[in-house]
Amino acid sequence: MPSTVVAGSFCYRRVTVGKLSYMNVVVCVKQIPDPADPGALDPTTKTLKRDGKLILDESDSYGVEMALQLVGDSGEVTLVSMAPNGEVSGLRTALAMGAAKAVLVSDDALKGSDSLTTAKVLAKAIGRAGDYDLVLAATESSDGYTGTVPEQIAEVLGLPSVTFAKSITVDGSSIKVDRQTEAGYDEVTCPLPAVVSVTAGVVEPRYPSFKGIMAAKSKPVDQVGIADLGLDAGAVGWAGAGQEIVEVVAAEAREAGEVIEDDGEAYNRIVTFLSDLKVI
Amino acid sequence: MGLFTEEHDMFRTLVRDFVEGEIEPHAEEWEASGMFPARELFPKLGALGLLGLQYEAEYGGGEADPIYQAIFAEEMGRMSCLGVAMAIGVQTDMATPSLARFGSPELKEQFLRPAIAGTSIAAIGVTEPDAGSDVAGMRTKAVRDGDDLLVTGTKLYITNGLQADWVCLLARTSDEGGSRGVSQVIVPTDSEGFSVSRKLNKLGMRSSDTAELVFDNVRIPAANIIGTEGRGFHQQMMQFQDERMVASYQMVGAMDHALQRTADYLKERKAFGKPLMANQHLAYELADLASEVDLLRHYNYNAAEAAKRGEDITRFATVAKLRSARLARKVADICLQFHGGVGYMEETWTARFFRDTRLWSIGGGADEVMLRTLARMDGFWAD
Repeated sequence: MPSTVVAGSFCYRRVTVGKLSYMNVVVCVKQIPDPADPGALDPTTKTLKRDGKLILDESDSYGVEMALQLVGDSGEVTLVSMAPNGEVSGLRTALAMGAAKAVLVSDDALKGSDSLTTAKVLAKAIGRAGDYDLVLAATESSDGYTGTVPEQIAEVLGLPSVTFAKSITVDGSSIKVDRQTEAGYDEVTCPLPAVVSVTAGVVEPRYPSFKGIMAAKSKPVDQVGIADLGLDAGAVGWAGAGQEIVEVVAAEAREAGEVIEDDGEAYNRIVTFLSDLKVI
Repeated sequence: MGLFTEEHDMFRTLVRDFVEGEIEPHAEEWEASGMFPARELFPKLGALGLLGLQYEAEYGGGEADPIYQAIFAEEMGRMSCLGVAMAIGVQTDMATPSLARFGSPELKEQFLRPAIAGTSIAAIGVTEPDAGSDVAGMRTKAVRDGDDLLVTGTKLYITNGLQADWVCLLARTSDEGGSRGVSQVIVPTDSEGFSVSRKLNKLGMRSSDTAELVFDNVRIPAANIIGTEGRGFHQQMMQFQDERMVASYQMVGAMDHALQRTADYLKERKAFGKPLMANQHLAYELADLASEVDLLRHYNYNAAEAAKRGEDITRFATVAKLRSARLARKVADICLQFHGGVGYMEETWTARFFRDTRLWSIGGGADEVMLRTLARMDGFWAD
């Protein structure tokens, strides 16, 4: 049985009966090294090298798609990202999909930022995005995998947080979220504005069209540094990090699987194997 | 700045993702059935603006520079069912360039706009049972009858022939011999007297439907003549340049992908305790082929840039078509050879690739016709 959770109350604006007349959604997107290329760690900092071209994290394309579907023709999707070297390639991809504009935070002082600092920076950047009704993010990035930033952003902004959304429906000044769980899903009702993390695979991200690609280059990208956000260099990056990467070790190699020669009775072994795993 | 802009790179990613997401999952099924569902696939391509890249925005086109056309075709060439790439190429660069270049606004509205949108399927009808590369020897006629034309004849080896909504047809509109008195006309396939006489069974390109078409006193408006009456041969020769460049662009993508796949296999497959790639002979052969593909790739890009400058690309298209077709045969042969026994199996991509690539030395102007054109162009000729 799905349970119903009602998150804390919040009033908001421009609401009509039934649904928002006009909706602005902010999507936090990460630009990451292309997973198709072998990644490398900086031996000194033990962090992923990000000095090459970055692309839109595929896990964020679901949030972008969800946002575009939610706003339809009556709203605007704004992207917020933090990346080194003024990198905009990944943002251009999301803009080509249909997002209207972007805020990019890029500053050398941000090198070494931990997830909480990232959340604080993104929360400030979200403040530059204008009025918004909803903030979406992926449940976790495909390179760092901390899976904590969306909830930290919600805390910093003082907004309710819903995680692992597999669908979102706007209903007046609130949203109904089907929240993925191991057993099934919860039905969550949450007032707007809110921060929601979106699971991968729940919507099919659209291909950016040729016209979308051509239009993307003229869409505004508001590139800012930490000073523009009112942040102090001592509070971000390595200086402000509360986390430290102590050691990086290689993952254990997977053990080789068991090869079963079929003597006519191999199915029994497979049934036992699946039974042991409690799959059947 | 290099040849490619950030937008070009994004566009390449789009096309590659589209091929991997919308075509590759169906490749085996379409190959087995001898046809792909153009009515499902073309609207998807059209919605993304991929079927009218170079055409006027007024009719839904993208007004893109020819580099986009090269990127699009290269990426199409990477798919594992090249028949579909060919069929898409017919829609974008073989059956529609003349219409876009010379067609009346009414004709473009009626036929080009839906072709760009992917809601109608186009075919090009040039070859006949007794006239292939010798286009001037064709017999299909379109005879005046008041404001109409009555079309009679047979066209052979027509790609998209079973699914096409209209055919860009080359037909005689006067009794002048040779290449004179020939016009390009658009024949809707729901016209009375039009029929598909047979679906053809091909060596390769099996995911694409190929047919013989019969026109038995098909009545069409004379307004369906593309451009100037009697200038059809000249117009078709121009249209062939688009077709030949697209063939060469596709082959670069196809060969590049084939060499990559073969290299991956040779690194994985072990013999005598080492990966096959550890054999210098195999590595050098692949390197040799890769160098040839690279030369062709950049020759193609030069052609695209020449087209962008508005120059005549006839020589580029002739050389590129000839070299790409011959190189593709060589690449396909070596990729199959290096796979050994498994490469000869139908279940391995090399078998289909070997069959598919063989067409390009024949279709769109055979190698020998390319050589004939070049020989004349370069003065290696005496009557």
